[in-house]
Amino acid sequence: MNAMTGMSEGDPAIGTAPAPAPPGDHAADTVFDPAEMARAREALRRENGAFSGSMVLFDLAEFQARKGRDGYRWAGEAWFGGDVERLLIKTEGEGAFGEPIEDLEIQALYSRAISPFWNAHVGLRHDIVPNPSRTYAVLGVEGIAPYWFHLTGQMFLSDKGDIRARLEGSYDERITQRLIFQPRAELNFSAQDMPVIGVGSGLADFELGARLRYEIRRELAPYVGVEWSRKAGDTARLARLAGEDPDAVSFVAGVRVWF
Amino acid sequence: MHSFALDRRTLIRSAALGGGGLALSAALPAWARSGTPGLAGPMSVVSGEQIALSIGHASLRVGGRDGHAIGINGATPGPVIRLKEGQKVRLAVNNTLNEETSIHWHGLLVPFQMDGVPGVSFPGIKVGQTFVYEFPVKQSGTYWYHSHSGMQEAMGMYGAIVIDPAAPDPVAYDREHVIMLADWSFMHPHTQLRKLKAQPGYFNMQKQTLSGLLAGKDQSASERRIWAGMRMDPTDISDVTGATYHFMVNGHDSAANWTGLFAPGERVRLRIINAAAMTNFNVRIPGLAMTVVAADGQNVQPVETDEFQIGIAETYDVIVEPRADEAYGFIAEAIDRSGQVRATLAPRLGMVAPIPPIRERPLLTMKDMGMGDMAAPGADASTADHAAMGHAMPGMDHGSMKMRDPAVAPQVKMGPGVATLSPMPMDRTGERPTGLEKVGHRVLTYRDLKSLAPNPDKRTPSREIDLHLTANMERYMWSFDGEKFSENTEPIPFRHMERVRINLINDTMMPHPIHLHGHFFELVTGSPGHHPLKHTVNVLPGGRVSFDLTADELGDWAFHCHMLLHMMSGMFRVVTVRHEEDAA
Repeated sequence: MNAMTGMSEGDPAIGTAPAPAPPGDHAADTVFDPAEMARAREALRRENGAFSGSMVLFDLAEFQARKGRDGYRWAGEAWFGGDVERLLIKTEGEGAFGEPIEDLEIQALYSRAISPFWNAHVGLRHDIVPNPSRTYAVLGVEGIAPYWFHLTGQMFLSDKGDIRARLEGSYDERITQRLIFQPRAELNFSAQDMPVIGVGSGLADFELGARLRYEIRRELAPYVGVEWSRKAGDTARLARLAGEDPDAVSFVAGVRVWF
Repeated sequence: MHSFALDRRTLIRSAALGGGGLALSAALPAWARSGTPGLAGPMSVVSGEQIALSIGHASLRVGGRDGHAIGINGATPGPVIRLKEGQKVRLAVNNTLNEETSIHWHGLLVPFQMDGVPGVSFPGIKVGQTFVYEFPVKQSGTYWYHSHSGMQEAMGMYGAIVIDPAAPDPVAYDREHVIMLADWSFMHPHTQLRKLKAQPGYFNMQKQTLSGLLAGKDQSASERRIWAGMRMDPTDISDVTGATYHFMVNGHDSAANWTGLFAPGERVRLRIINAAAMTNFNVRIPGLAMTVVAADGQNVQPVETDEFQIGIAETYDVIVEPRADEAYGFIAEAIDRSGQVRATLAPRLGMVAPIPPIRERPLLTMKDMGMGDMAAPGADASTADHAAMGHAMPGMDHGSMKMRDPAVAPQVKMGPGVATLSPMPMDRTGERPTGLEKVGHRVLTYRDLKSLAPNPDKRTPSREIDLHLTANMERYMWSFDGEKFSENTEPIPFRHMERVRINLINDTMMPHPIHLHGHFFELVTGSPGHHPLKHTVNVLPGGRVSFDLTADELGDWAFHCHMLLHMMSGMFRVVTVRHEEDAA
């Protein structure tokens, strides 16, 4: 087997002549209208690599059955742009039926591919709910870690000077070609107490979930699952003071959809 | 204009009337003796010195469904263009589409301005216009033509070219058939690209699964862990697969069953062309040995085989000698085994041979990552991989086995578009291609191909160039040397008549059929003086291929991966050939 390696490598007889300088002209300009050729060249350049596209994904869009009032939740994002630079819009929210919405967050980010598997992003996050609404500057990374874990980490600095952070991770375990088991986790942190919006310092809350989806098509996958969400530390204390249960287990059913 | 069309339906009717069919077909040109019970339109023939081709919308019926195709003279595939070496030809190509178009004569040695690549050779053919291609026919063999505009090729805009030699043909045959392989999807190729950018495994319905692991299939748990740790998928063999493709022979799927006729005992020449957009095929005719007599239109010393892999845009001419009065299945299987197409060679219409079950989907190995020869030859890929990663690397410099060490490829521009660099790319021209490593019959390798005529230019190359084929499958980004054509349009310059060795290094886990326009190059395969002449070479995953080029055709030429979506993602360059004094 080794006899055939190196066959073409480093043949000592091959010369080391320098390459010629690339010509400054274009051969076809001598035959066709140079302006026409310039237009065609630019079209060719754009066609071979200058991809621009978009994707709109609702990763979560679900009904949550739990003790007390049942609720709903969504988490989605959309990107517009090329291979490296993209406008990234993220949104998430949740609430209980028959009550005002609990959380409604939207982010507008500039995302840039910084390595084969990681994107960095900067931009703004605006929480319409809870009230009073807040706006944050966002700095984050998102990508695929070894072993195919999908991770997102974001730091937030609010217009009131508050610092918060969020870590999210998920993993797709392919049971069959279409049936996929997805554990996921989300942790939210705060550097300070923010009592007006019910957030305490330290680890504020976390969610652990497991969802089983079936890809009818790649773009359309209904799912069922279970999610445990828990407020922690001072955040839990603030929730209890407000008469809320800081601990909730939900059975969820929803659809993952993209286009 | 001298042109004629063979109406295969007429032939079928005659055959149905009984007895007369073969007699009638005997009156037709040898290559055209073909009958088919299929529904698609026949491939007509055009020939002579004045040929008119009209590009327009066409429809294609597959699996009971009509698709919108782009055809030539009303059909896909377009007519067979039959020429004679030494003649002149004028091809007037009229564009009836509502977008620009072009025709590239794949493998033909033509003046650069007749090569048909918009933005390189000429401005393209505008809506409603006619462009006249005019060139002398300097060669013979099996070639093809296709659009070089946008995604038109993937929508059916291709056809075959057969050029008869001026001198007596060194290949003796009684009958010939053109066999054009293709992939057809009802999903528009632009949509395919968008899906792949959103989800790179979109069309892969043969991934490894947990249920497969529990059933003892594919890699073991520990191997899966190793591959997952590298974020590599050993099932990523084809981007666009049988999940959306219908695989076709001459515009017929397996059900339509294109049938080529023969009389037992005849020597039948099959001119096999891979006109697919995104599919490499494994080709075999169970029960029939194939003698390869030409590759990419150029004669080779006859070599007998049972199966070969044909990269996109390659052509192979084979001789078969069916002796029995029975049907033979012509099987073209997508290399990821996501589908196959059957055509038939038979003494009479209506006969079929059994369709073999599709074989198990192969898995890529460490060798496909350019990890060199650590996987023992013939060893089961899975066990070898584990050994390679874990233990069997005595004396191996671990530092150089990093999967993305810029030191192994200093010229590559590193960025998000380059996920891996092959640390030990091997010359794999003597190896069986992906998925055929262990089949129990003869398989053609590039090293089996030896040019029939001695190579004309005996000079040792005066210099050499490395070109890396780079990608990030997770982002569906494809490039040369880490740069998409949209980012770097600087040409690769050659002096006129300069002899240069080009080393193609595949830093990806997918084979890339690389095509140089306007030239034949000599594939360095260890047969000095008789290296096969090629216009397209399929560079195996993690491997390297060297070819020697005599830059004897002045002008600007396209040089690209013939996986259409790879090219459209940026795996494209322009090559210039100039007199030294012309260089700026």
